[in-house]
Amino acid sequence: MSAILNDSILNDETKKVLTAPLVNDNPITLQVLGICSALAVTSQMSTSLIMALALTLVTAFSSAAISAIRNHIPSSIRIIVQMTIIASLVIVVDQVLKAFAYDVSKQLSVFVGLIITNCIVMGRAEGYAMKNPPLESFMDGIGNGLGYSLILVIVAFFRETLGSGKLLGIEVFKLTKDGGWYDPNGLMLLPPSAFFIIGLIIWGVRQWKPAQVEKVEFKIMSISHGEGGHH
Amino acid sequence: MEAYISLFVKAVFIENLALSFFLGMCTFIAVSKKISTAMGLGVAVMVVQAITVPANNVVYHALLKEDALSWLGITGVDLSFLALLSCIGMIAALVQILEMILDKFFPALYFALGVFLPLITVNCAILGGSLFMIERDYNFGESVTYGVGSGLGWALAITVMAGVREKLKYSDIPAGLQGLGITFITAGLMSLGFMAFSGIQL
Repeated sequence: MSAILNDSILNDETKKVLTAPLVNDNPITLQVLGICSALAVTSQMSTSLIMALALTLVTAFSSAAISAIRNHIPSSIRIIVQMTIIASLVIVVDQVLKAFAYDVSKQLSVFVGLIITNCIVMGRAEGYAMKNPPLESFMDGIGNGLGYSLILVIVAFFRETLGSGKLLGIEVFKLTKDGGWYDPNGLMLLPPSAFFIIGLIIWGVRQWKPAQVEKVEFKIMSISHGEGGHH
Repeated sequence: MEAYISLFVKAVFIENLALSFFLGMCTFIAVSKKISTAMGLGVAVMVVQAITVPANNVVYHALLKEDALSWLGITGVDLSFLALLSCIGMIAALVQILEMILDKFFPALYFALGVFLPLITVNCAILGGSLFMIERDYNFGESVTYGVGSGLGWALAITVMAGVREKLKYSDIPAGLQGLGITFITAGLMSLGFMAFSGIQL
């Protein structure tokens, strides 16, 4: 991997756009983009992986395509142009999934279609691809897709193992109903658990990288130093 | 009639777009700091949802569905794969038209909702509502009910969220959880609360 990264094709800029979105500039935990699908498809690992792959491909190719024609798009109609490109790519992904992975496509239901309005895709198109050449935009798309995938896989890992004792459908913990020891936590399969896990991930990341901590809007007065009340 | 009431209650509470399908989460998290703004956005979403879901229903049933073009004498054509493109195009166009109408005839309302309207085109709750309508094969009456109900549910969720967050900013939260982290956990607790509705039999 490092041999490829040191290659002359991938210069510093490319390396930066590819790796920065993983932790330092993660689209979900820092930029608050594309959370909808991150929460909805993660009750199983298999659907999460397919979703992550689909979103990474759409982001990469739409960024590359938009970047290639960026100098020809009039700025007043750019949102419509971007949306048409993204929607066409999503239709391709949707049709491919229906043809080759019909069961997964049924489970993902409307969420494949919702890649169109996923803020990561639009955000990268508007924020990066409109200003940079196609190759870098493609890499930026891949990088942000991977940042998204990372969070998706972590959430799905906890939800599927704790919720049904399985991972990718293979048994990890033997359930009590089959004579094992693990009593599955049903909450993990329900929507609230996704919110909790993402909230905890954000907490963890920010504890690790304190630069990402948000400013306090309302400072609570400390009374332990005797400042309050003695006027 | 009973079926419509049941669908409406289901759309507002049990299958709340924000809290059980996570739709429109980006704006849900970003615009829920103040009750007044949240309510403005909620109303805008409700209005747009109530217009776009039935509109997409008409387009889908008249043009895109399998054999839908038989009224033109064309049979055996299935354009349903174009649904994604037509839905998002319809939403973008309707939001634009709505913005122009409000600007011309209801300037006061335009100033109140104006800033939120462009945001709504890329709100997944709107596209999600239309896609659910197609997937569940609603007829026109059901689509109107579902549009109004799901929009109302979303508006309710974001207003409640803003109410909680307004109080939350006075609490002492660990540094890493400040802002986004605690917002997610609060949303989780609200979602847990809304799950209580799922026991309702209609």
